Amino acid sequence: MTARLGIVTAASLEKGVDVRLDSPVSVEDMVVGRYVTIEGRQRRFFGMITDVSLGVTDPHLAVSPPDVADPFIAEVLTGTSTFGTIHVTPMLTIGGDAETVLEGPQPVKTIPAHFSAVNLAAEGDMDLVFGEEDKQRFNIGNPLDMETKLCLDLEEFVKRSNGIFGKSGTGKTFLTRILLIGMLQKSKAVNLIFDMHNEYGWSGTREGGPPVKGLKQLFGSRVAVFTLDEESSRRRKVSTDFVVKIGFDEITPEDIAILRATLNLTELAVEAAYQLRKSLGKDWLRQVLQRSDEELEELLKESSIHESSFQSLKRGLGTIGRLGFVVPEAHEDTVKHILDCLDRGLNVVLEFGRYREIAAYLLVANMLSRRIYARYQQRMEEAIAADKEAMKPRPLVITIEEAHKFLNPEVAGKTIFGTIAREMRKYNVSLLVIDQRPSGIDEEVMSQLGTKITCLLDNEKDIDSVLAGVSGKSELKSVLARLAPKQQALIFGHAVPMPVAFQPREYGSAQSYKSFLDAGPDAAGQAEKDIEELWG
Amino acid sequence: MAEPAKIAEVIEAGTAQFAAQCYELYGLPPLGSLVRTGDTYGIVAGAATSSLEPGRRPIARGRDEATEEAVYQSSPQLSKLLRSEFAAAVVGYQDGDARRQYLPPYPARIHGFVYLCQPDEVREFSRSFGFLNILLNASLPVPAGELIAAALRRMSRAHDDPRAFLVAAGKELANLLSADFITLKNILGRLQ
Ligand SMILES: Nc1ncnc2c1ncn2[C@@H]1O[C@H](COP(=O)(O)OP(=O)(O)OP(=O)(O)O)[C@@H](O)[C@H]1O
Ligand SMILES: [Mg+2]
Repeated sequence: MTARLGIVTAASLEKGVDVRLDSPVSVEDMVVGRYVTIEGRQRRFFGMITDVSLGVTDPHLAVSPPDVADPFIAEVLTGTSTFGTIHVTPMLTIGGDAETVLEGPQPVKTIPAHFSAVNLAAEGDMDLVFGEEDKQRFNIGNPLDMETKLCLDLEEFVKRSNGIFGKSGTGKTFLTRILLIGMLQKSKAVNLIFDMHNEYGWSGTREGGPPVKGLKQLFGSRVAVFTLDEESSRRRKVSTDFVVKIGFDEITPEDIAILRATLNLTELAVEAAYQLRKSLGKDWLRQVLQRSDEELEELLKESSIHESSFQSLKRGLGTIGRLGFVVPEAHEDTVKHILDCLDRGLNVVLEFGRYREIAAYLLVANMLSRRIYARYQQRMEEAIAADKEAMKPRPLVITIEEAHKFLNPEVAGKTIFGTIAREMRKYNVSLLVIDQRPSGIDEEVMSQLGTKITCLLDNEKDIDSVLAGVSGKSELKSVLARLAPKQQALIFGHAVPMPVAFQPREYGSAQSYKSFLDAGPDAAGQAEKDIEELWG
Repeated sequence: MAEPAKIAEVIEAGTAQFAAQCYELYGLPPLGSLVRTGDTYGIVAGAATSSLEPGRRPIARGRDEATEEAVYQSSPQLSKLLRSEFAAAVVGYQDGDARRQYLPPYPARIHGFVYLCQPDEVREFSRSFGFLNILLNASLPVPAGELIAAALRRMSRAHDDPRAFLVAAGKELANLLSADFITLKNILGRLQ
């Protein structure tokens, strides 16, 4: 196949560029999603093929078709009376003007002139756009059908909150692991991962195959595994660093508020929690759970709390009280332990063990994050006041799954995650949200996400919510709809110069582990050692 | 390049066409062949053999002859009374070193000698296809499609790869006839 494809015959910034294919170029070689360059008079454009079609110059041709069994006739007509066209969506200018020379690829603001030549994008152009691996760029996969590496600038990536979406089983968890490894190696950020299904710490499941290694197995010295369920961890032979217990006195009415829908509480029941806290103090939860019925009745009489609201609340609190990790009194300060690890540059994975119910996840993730965030806020403010860069805490990325449970319009205003998403890293904390139902997430929060990566989605509402506000939405929609059901994704937003459909790196083979370990900055020595330890 | 033998002489000359009389009765160049007189190139676009004297038509003479050849042998004066003429569509001219494929500033000269172009010259001339457009638009004694097909078939023989030549010419025609697929189809069907 030749590099030159054809010439521009029509273009509009809004609708894209029509390209008539040269006769030696076969339409069938033109695949939607391929990248091309357009040599304009003054600029070079970089774009993507978004449609392929056939044209005839004379409608008679369709009415009385030529004898194409005759190879001579077929050859003459191909590319002349009958021709292929491709539709290209220009995305970037990659050369020609001062701005692109100085600052790299820029979004397109104009269109190429008539008859500009269109070529398949060359290796060099791709590198310009997709980046080469370096100190802060990390290879996350290949653009679809291409050898070129797609490299993400992770230092840029972690500057904002980001999202990973896709319906169940499309590869979100695998992709997240890859990104976590990337951040661990190529950014200054540390991660705190609320690991609902125990997939990130020691090992994770793989459909139709043996388990895959988690972060601790690959980067033992940089990862601490915390657990809520010591027994489950032990059973899975995970060596944990800390067992998390939550004391009654650590739980606040705010925590109950975001559990309202999950615990099936009424508004008034939540209101009652605030009142009880007010009258009983820090110890309110223990008292509600442990006091006798008579004592409680007494209590109610003094307040304006309605009997039914109280019963509803009590039922809900009972559910929380029965969680094994919730204890009357926690002897150690989990938040402090997590912060210590983070300060030492350790990435913390918190396993939930058998506590897979959403109530446990919401409660713990929200509560711990709220307190960690408060500490970050305080330390950032101190650092700013003292004007000392070194006092700032390390950038922190918090990973949460089932994000719509934290960030739906009802609770987004109440959870700490809504605040973090909106404040855009003001206090050095950002989010990595993972969700299979993005339409459940508050619109405003969605719009604050810097970079979005989405695997296949088939619900129209979910697709719309992920693509809301992106330019070229309808084209992206068709790209998204054509992704394979596994291990293919579309990335767009802050950290990439243009939307790219790509195949995430393979994760799970010995070869893949080796290549991940090799990518690190201190690769050579450390990786060798790690590999030896790992498989002798 | 040795000058080939002359075959005819211009007897009528216009900007777009000229007529020539052959030196030999039936010494006609084939339909579609490339001829040259002076600096002017033409493509043979029609021919006729008729009586020298206008209004006097030949009469049938062969009743008692065994073969057609014998008719001419027993009436030797016939070759003096009949003449073969052809019309050529002007398709270009030599302009100093450059060969132009568009109409010349002046018509050919009367009594100019006409030569049948040899393969080398044909090959040179048919490197570009400007003449196709002239032929498509000329008013000709024969249908343009027929003539173009004949000319291209003849020219292709002067090329090392006749098929490649025909494909290239076909593509040029397809562009010229982009809005008239029926004509295109008819010509393409006559190219092989
Ligand atoms: N990058 C990858 N390398 C190797 N296998 C992959 C990759 N991505 C996805 N897979 C395969 O797809 C399966 C599903 O992926 P994963 O568990 O990440 O899906 P998910 O989107 O997190 O699903 P759920 O919503 O149910 O959590 C994996 O078990 C694995 O077999
Ligand atoms: Mg998952």
